[in-house]
Amino acid sequence: MSSTAIQVNSKRGIWGGGNEPLKASYGKLMMWFFLLSDIFTFGAFLITYGAIRMSYPAYEGSAADFSSSNEYWPIPEMIYDAIPFVHGGHFPLVFVGLMTFILIMSSVTMVLAVEAGHRNDKNDVVKWLLWTLLGGITFLSCQAWEWAHFIHGTDDGTLMTYVNSFNNIVTETVYGANLIVNEYGPPAFAQLFFFITGFHGFHVTIGVVLLFLAFYQAAVGVYQQRGHYEMVEKIGLYWHFVDLVWVFVFTFFYLI
Amino acid sequence: MAQENKNDMEVIPRDSAKIRKIWITALILLLVTAFEFVLAFTMPRGILLYVLFILLTIVKAYYIMMEFMHLGEEAKPLFYSIIVPLIFLVWLVIALMKEGSDIFLMRW
Repeated sequence: MSSTAIQVNSKRGIWGGGNEPLKASYGKLMMWFFLLSDIFTFGAFLITYGAIRMSYPAYEGSAADFSSSNEYWPIPEMIYDAIPFVHGGHFPLVFVGLMTFILIMSSVTMVLAVEAGHRNDKNDVVKWLLWTLLGGITFLSCQAWEWAHFIHGTDDGTLMTYVNSFNNIVTETVYGANLIVNEYGPPAFAQLFFFITGFHGFHVTIGVVLLFLAFYQAAVGVYQQRGHYEMVEKIGLYWHFVDLVWVFVFTFFYLI
Repeated sequence: MAQENKNDMEVIPRDSAKIRKIWITALILLLVTAFEFVLAFTMPRGILLYVLFILLTIVKAYYIMMEFMHLGEEAKPLFYSIIVPLIFLVWLVIALMKEGSDIFLMRW
């Protein structure tokens, strides 16, 4: 934000680096350009997902009588339909909906922390950062559960003919998912799921570490001593970016 | 909002209009997501539904970048140096969609 707390001492002249054409501090600029490069990384992943998905036949028929096969790409709402504590239930997209809600809410508490930082309100910064941190940890826990469920699979599994890791063609009931075969659809379905949601989860993990750092430093008064809360703002940019990526992952993995 | 007293760190009182705006943005994001859920279970799957999903996703991305990341309030050169390079993604979408559908034709 252009109203960042930092004020550069411009004793240096215009040609000595004293002017600021972008009116943002070095750290914030670098965070923005890092995020731009990360947009390209995630963009390439998601567009690749689209391309690989298009190279497989779509499931023809109504969602009600959908059954998994490695012949066609599955319908997401029939795959992601489990919630914790209810065994074998069919609750399409309920759990990812909850995860989306948690991440959006943690993004909101992050903006509130940044806003409190602009006002030098240490108590508010600490309070909102703690909420954000909790949201991030909850999201990661949800993702861990979702992965565990995806890997272990359903009770019935799916009867599939596929090429196993020894290059033999086998026909057997497949349970859960790994990088060779999965009970939900073509191998690429699980590979892309692990790869892209895993990369996003890795970003969230780093975000949680950074949030903890900001929370700790704000709480012990490091930023107050420093005279500004710009670190909260930079970590905030990163955290919103994680939310932004999830919005796209949600659309491409769970809706389309 | 500009920080005048940076040495004694005077706490500026909350501006309720600003905080309200943040919560309204959050409400918009949640409503758009809820609307996507409704579409997912009521509309038949097909190109029209996918286009709607992608448009709604871009609406959400707009709100996150403009309201949460405050990109709109940055200096114009910074704003454009973030937005304009994204045009390369448009090319990538076109190229890889073509690639995907061609692989489909070759394989099946």
